[in-house]
Amino acid sequence: MSDDHVYLTLAEGHEDDTRWAYGTGFEDPLHGVDTAVPDGVDAAALAAVCVALADDALVSAQRLGEWVTRAPELEEEVALANIGLDLLGQARLLYSRAGQADGTARGEDAYAYFRDPADFRNVRLAELPNGDFAFSVVRLLVLASWRLAHFQELAAHPDPVLAAVAGKGVKELSYHRQYAAEWTVRLGDGTDESHRRTRRALEQVGPYLGELFTAHDVRDDVVTVLRQVTEAAGLPMPVYRPLPGSGRDGEHTGHLAPLLAELQGVARAHPEATW
Amino acid sequence: MLPPAKRATLIPNEWSVGKREAMTTSHSAEAPPEGPLQEHFDATIARDQRVEPRDWMPEGYRRTLIRQIAQHAHSEIIGMQPEGEWITKAPSLRRKAILFAKVQDEAGHGLYLYSAAETLGADRADLTERLIEGRQKYSSIFNYPTLSFADVGVIGWFVDGAAICNQVPLCRSSYGPYARAMVRICKEESFHQRQGYELLMTMMRGTGAQREMVQDAVDRWWWPSLMMFGPPDDASPNSAQSMAWKIKRHSNDELRRRFVDMTVPQAEKLGVTLPDPELRWNAERGHHDFGTPDWDELTRVIKGDGPCNARRAERRRTAHEEGAWVREAATAHAARQAARARKETVA
Repeated sequence: MSDDHVYLTLAEGHEDDTRWAYGTGFEDPLHGVDTAVPDGVDAAALAAVCVALADDALVSAQRLGEWVTRAPELEEEVALANIGLDLLGQARLLYSRAGQADGTARGEDAYAYFRDPADFRNVRLAELPNGDFAFSVVRLLVLASWRLAHFQELAAHPDPVLAAVAGKGVKELSYHRQYAAEWTVRLGDGTDESHRRTRRALEQVGPYLGELFTAHDVRDDVVTVLRQVTEAAGLPMPVYRPLPGSGRDGEHTGHLAPLLAELQGVARAHPEATW
Repeated sequence: MLPPAKRATLIPNEWSVGKREAMTTSHSAEAPPEGPLQEHFDATIARDQRVEPRDWMPEGYRRTLIRQIAQHAHSEIIGMQPEGEWITKAPSLRRKAILFAKVQDEAGHGLYLYSAAETLGADRADLTERLIEGRQKYSSIFNYPTLSFADVGVIGWFVDGAAICNQVPLCRSSYGPYARAMVRICKEESFHQRQGYELLMTMMRGTGAQREMVQDAVDRWWWPSLMMFGPPDDASPNSAQSMAWKIKRHSNDELRRRFVDMTVPQAEKLGVTLPDPELRWNAERGHHDFGTPDWDELTRVIKGDGPCNARRAERRRTAHEEGAWVREAATAHAARQAARARKETVA
């Protein structure tokens, strides 16, 4: 029988192990990029930026991972997992860069698995539970628009590694934003129930918008997107209501600790293990 | 070569143990086969050519294929659950990304397969209802729990490996859309299997606790994996018809034996023991001898009494029901868009 080659070669080495049907694009975005921190770049500040952006991405990917096998349709299973994979990929690159920049030479897993909630710098909007599909979509719309605006600026960052990571991320985030915008319009314009749920989701994100706009001024870009999308969806703009504290300072909601407990549990139970 | 009567039933074989039901399609009221059409169909099969969606085909061939493809699609979708549970817990970011991608691939496989079934006149929403109501089966392997992260590796190695043994011959299935879907699916399955084996290799090089996890997972998954090939040929409610139609090409026992022969050296290389005291090389036959799976267990799991049957069905049902308002919203929006477009055209 001639059908066996796939199986028979299993125990042999392969060069193309990273090829997958979906979530591809595992080509190294840092290929040919000099990873030394350039003169004139504040390495500690660079590391802090990388960790904050990586934490946003990791926590978001974790929430998207919770949707797997729970999405409303198979197409949404594929799309949400795809977005989660993109963000996870961004997190990995950014953690690695942070480890190079902060002088600790820590790897990506040291940041993801062996820091406590108070050490995480993600914005609180990312850590809130998924809620219903409307909340997840509206949150994605806000976070993707915000992150995209950020990454467009960071693509010109003096650190060539961060610039390369941001450049790759811009393409991914444009898709995330488009996906979320299309669903926001569908849900806003769909049925009474979907309209009501989406309106409520916009109310729920309101208090968490404030901390998005403190570090860099990308507020206008995000507001413009939200205005366009909510208008097309026949929905009101989210109301900005400032909430004290910021995830960027390590102040989190009660939802982050259980999220991290699940994410880190196996790794921490076997600290000596290699996976 | 076994005589046709001994060469058993559909792939995935075990699923056909479940109660057979007539699949109603838009074609079910078709007139009995006409001579020249039947002759043309028979000649296509005899020449090893592909049957395509617009070709005439016997109603039994259509029903058999719809059932088989649907069960395969359901298996991909239910099969996301045992491993999907570990996406949020994977102990390294690399493993998390691999698992995320793998489970996403399975959703994609489900999509291709439901599309292939739709080329035969089936409807995805209807097939989903049948799955949720327990009227159509999925592979019973997914009714076993995943108890440690090593299970992710063993599922890749055994379960995806067994699926490859079952599915590679389907790339030559007589029905074109199914065969073409299988080419792509099999390529991806081989990556899934390889990531599983590679995870186990890494774990075996790790701590004592990790090696124990791997052996424990091997012990739990070995027999259920052998059952994936279905009941023994002499007890299979077989369909010589499926072999004659070239929907299926090898018998259950033949495929099972290939799986064992290929897996034994891999287990040795890995350094794990397969939990079968009767397993040994038989130089005379040129194959391994191995013990008999507990067929009563297979029957119980297929009938719904496996460790996770209720949980798997419930998760799928909940996702479907909780997503109903989203699908309704999308439909309503699309209808409104179409109405607006019509209005603009009139205006």
